[in-house]
Amino acid sequence: MELFKYTAHQLHQKLVSKEVSAVELTKNVFARVDAVEKDVKSYITQTRDSALAQAEAVDAKIKQGQAISILAGIPGALKDNICTKGTKTTCGSQILGEFIPPYNATVVEKLIAEDIVMIGKANMDEFAMGGSTENSGFFTTHNPWDLTTVPGGSSGGSAAAVAAGQAIWALGSDTGGSIRQPAAYCGLVGLKPTYGRVSRYGLVAYASSLDQIGPITRDVTDCAHVLNIICGHDAKDSTSINAIVPDYTKALVNNVKGLKIGIPREYFVSGIDPEVKRAINKAIEQLVALGAECQEISMPHTEYALSAYYMIAPAEASSNLARYDGVSFGKRVEGTDIIDMYKKTRSAYLGAEVKRRIMLGTYALSAGYHDAYYLKALKVRTLVRQDFDKAFENVDVIITPTAPTTAFKIGEKANDPLAMYLQDICTIPVNLAGVPAVSIPCGFAGGLPIGLQMIAKPLDEETLIRAAYTFEQNNDYHKGFATLGEVK
Amino acid sequence: MDYEIVIGLEVHTELKTHSKIFCGCSTKFGSEQNTNVCPVCLGLPGVLPVINQKVVEFAVRVGVALNCDILPFSKFDRKNYYYPDLPKNFQTSQYDLPIAVNGYLDIQVDGVVKRIGITRVHMEEDAGKLVHSGATISSSDSALVDYNRTGVPLLEIVSEPDMSSAEEARAYLEKIKAILEYLDVSDCKMEEGSLRCDANISLRPRGTKPLGTKAEIKNLNSFRSVQRGLEYEAVRQEEILEEGGRIIQETRTWDENKGISLSMRTKEQLNDYRFLPEPDLVPIIVDPAWVEEIRGGLPEMPDARKQRLMDDYGLSAYDSAMITVSKAMADYFDQSVQCHADAKTVANWLMGEVSKHLNNEGISILACPVSPKQLADLIALITKGTISNKIAKSVFEEMWSSRKDAEIIVKEKGLVQISDSSEIIAIVDAVIAANPQSVTDFNAGKEKAIGFLVGQTMKQSKGRANPDMVNSLLRERMQSK
Repeated sequence: MELFKYTAHQLHQKLVSKEVSAVELTKNVFARVDAVEKDVKSYITQTRDSALAQAEAVDAKIKQGQAISILAGIPGALKDNICTKGTKTTCGSQILGEFIPPYNATVVEKLIAEDIVMIGKANMDEFAMGGSTENSGFFTTHNPWDLTTVPGGSSGGSAAAVAAGQAIWALGSDTGGSIRQPAAYCGLVGLKPTYGRVSRYGLVAYASSLDQIGPITRDVTDCAHVLNIICGHDAKDSTSINAIVPDYTKALVNNVKGLKIGIPREYFVSGIDPEVKRAINKAIEQLVALGAECQEISMPHTEYALSAYYMIAPAEASSNLARYDGVSFGKRVEGTDIIDMYKKTRSAYLGAEVKRRIMLGTYALSAGYHDAYYLKALKVRTLVRQDFDKAFENVDVIITPTAPTTAFKIGEKANDPLAMYLQDICTIPVNLAGVPAVSIPCGFAGGLPIGLQMIAKPLDEETLIRAAYTFEQNNDYHKGFATLGEVK
Repeated sequence: MDYEIVIGLEVHTELKTHSKIFCGCSTKFGSEQNTNVCPVCLGLPGVLPVINQKVVEFAVRVGVALNCDILPFSKFDRKNYYYPDLPKNFQTSQYDLPIAVNGYLDIQVDGVVKRIGITRVHMEEDAGKLVHSGATISSSDSALVDYNRTGVPLLEIVSEPDMSSAEEARAYLEKIKAILEYLDVSDCKMEEGSLRCDANISLRPRGTKPLGTKAEIKNLNSFRSVQRGLEYEAVRQEEILEEGGRIIQETRTWDENKGISLSMRTKEQLNDYRFLPEPDLVPIIVDPAWVEEIRGGLPEMPDARKQRLMDDYGLSAYDSAMITVSKAMADYFDQSVQCHADAKTVANWLMGEVSKHLNNEGISILACPVSPKQLADLIALITKGTISNKIAKSVFEEMWSSRKDAEIIVKEKGLVQISDSSEIIAIVDAVIAANPQSVTDFNAGKEKAIGFLVGQTMKQSKGRANPDMVNSLLRERMQSK
């Protein structure tokens, strides 16, 4: 039985009805991992022993007649920048190649409390810098829909694992689109919550003011369930928002009547693949047919968002990544003195893209350039945020493509960082504004999934869930399963 | 040429909160190496800081006590530089919006009161401690890092360049220390590094406005170092200027043993700290009502206490200043006086015998083996005439070493003063009989001779005879002869 093809909420029913056990389910997923991992390469670390122990504990609870939570016994994958106590957390980097955290991220504590089964730690672009997993310090992950294409990034391992049946659900992190873009490329639901909605404690920082953890799932219902678990205030994260977390499954309503949708014309100008554009437009027409109201809106500062992001994120990264110096943890190359040790260690174990961003950020913060670059970028960020504030005075949801194209070929943009950066052009403004957004499948082009992005106002994930659920229930894009072949 | 010295001080003080500034680790000094640590202060991947509210409260108290404006909106910033005692390779500090600005304090040197401006007070985290394998950095081939101190809360208090002598700098630092002690926010132990001082110093022709090129002097680890280091630097700069030379902007380190300072780095080598607003902390919004609450709850400060001692007990300005410069000393004074001892006598004893003994042993008054009540009781014995001043000094010695009460010592050693005239007359007569020459001399008008006879009488009485009575009885008995 191909249990690995089901959603978490379907499998939960199978567990509570005792149709299958958590151990059976876990073994089934690991059998799938064994069958496809050599082609997909989702995982940096697999945690078989602890996974089976977790599954056994859930089975014991079921046997004793105890109630189990919705994700109990359901195998999931965690992006390898989320700290797991006693389990290697590499952040996709050689410099943390042997790093075993002595503590759990807050989200991990929450998931453990729900008795989840962790299959492993998923591959990613090194320190979450990239959009294809080609920047992983270990290997490139392949897109299960076409193994010659990228799964997107930086949460590419998480998305590929879920798409290939190597996990039922996953957590990713999103700094400029790193949940939504791989979800789009792999035909999945990926949601970046409002900045501060999910604790960042234990998420290895890339750009602290933009990073946010979120779910990657097969459908909107699973997305709501994972959100219910991971959201909420955390005293260990000063930037986490102290607001009541609603039950997101209450927003799983198949109804968009009266929902006001805004279509920002600036997102539909150049560089968008015509097939992607067609799919998005079709989806909008369908939502209107279902009762939503649609209007064109303008977000005039969109074109500057990418440039601002590539000042702010590298600036924060240059500071966040300074700690990887070989002194007290991580790998070290000995040197003739401390400076030499720093240089040799960082030269040897940090990848090219990480070095590029550290240099960009260091430059942007340097005396004499700080105001012209970093400060200017912060001002642009404010303008971008104001675009969203203004838009949400009139609409409930903004719809755009998630990415300008479908998944591209491995190696196609590897030597063209600017082309790679442009893949994030629709997702980056969302991080700058700190608002929530979800990517859902809305069609295929040449056999590859297309992602539609819905953006809502801060803390209004419920509207995203409702709109996404309605679209999903009136289509069946989420029901397909990746072919694990090559699309000709 | 006649030069004016211009000095500004940067004082760092460790706050005595129980836990560190951004995590729950203990701040205890002297713990086993790397035991007061956690993922947060070790800067492990993924950790986040959370501000210790007590640190903000202490900072506001200091700001208010230094007559500063408390900024309603302040924030933390990252100061980026690589150093192995800094696990994140940035220090979380405050850059352009510190918690407190625009304050002042008054110092007094040679009876002249001078107001010194306080530019700012800001919060930051302390770094760890490097333990080098060799005797000096340059002779070491490795170093170990102790992270216990990493994340201990610090306040940096920056003065305006308002001081014009090493004495003023010292007085300023002593005043800062007194205020921090009175506020009960820091241990202020320079020897343990809980109070540190860097000085900026430059010279300019007297009467001119523009500031000269400054040097920053580090490693001033005691009040003595502050004064000596600045005196040295003023002379060094004056010599250069007198020879037509130019001062270069640099950081120098003071060598207390050699009594000289050495160049550490010049301006060209200065770090570019690439300040960045700390994205992991939210801005600090201070409620003005809370500031007023803190202002209302401030304890009596050194200047007010000094005035009270002058007004209530008639102590001199000098004595009052000496006693109130240390809160512990002033507390000792007040406690002693509350035990009904004469205030002026307590003041004399504190600045005399007590200070002498404390200095000899290099301990603080908090560790004084003689309690305020014990001192009061000793003074009461003098006032009552039970013992003389001289005997009291030896009783104090005994109290210091044995911790016994004065009365017990006096009893045990039979030190009660002899004020019974018949007992004294017996000794006096014996002394007169044994020293006929001195008696003759005295009767011949040699007033000095009585001194010798008094001495002999005191000796015979083992110091216990009442000296005034000895004097008058000697005169009486010799005239009657």
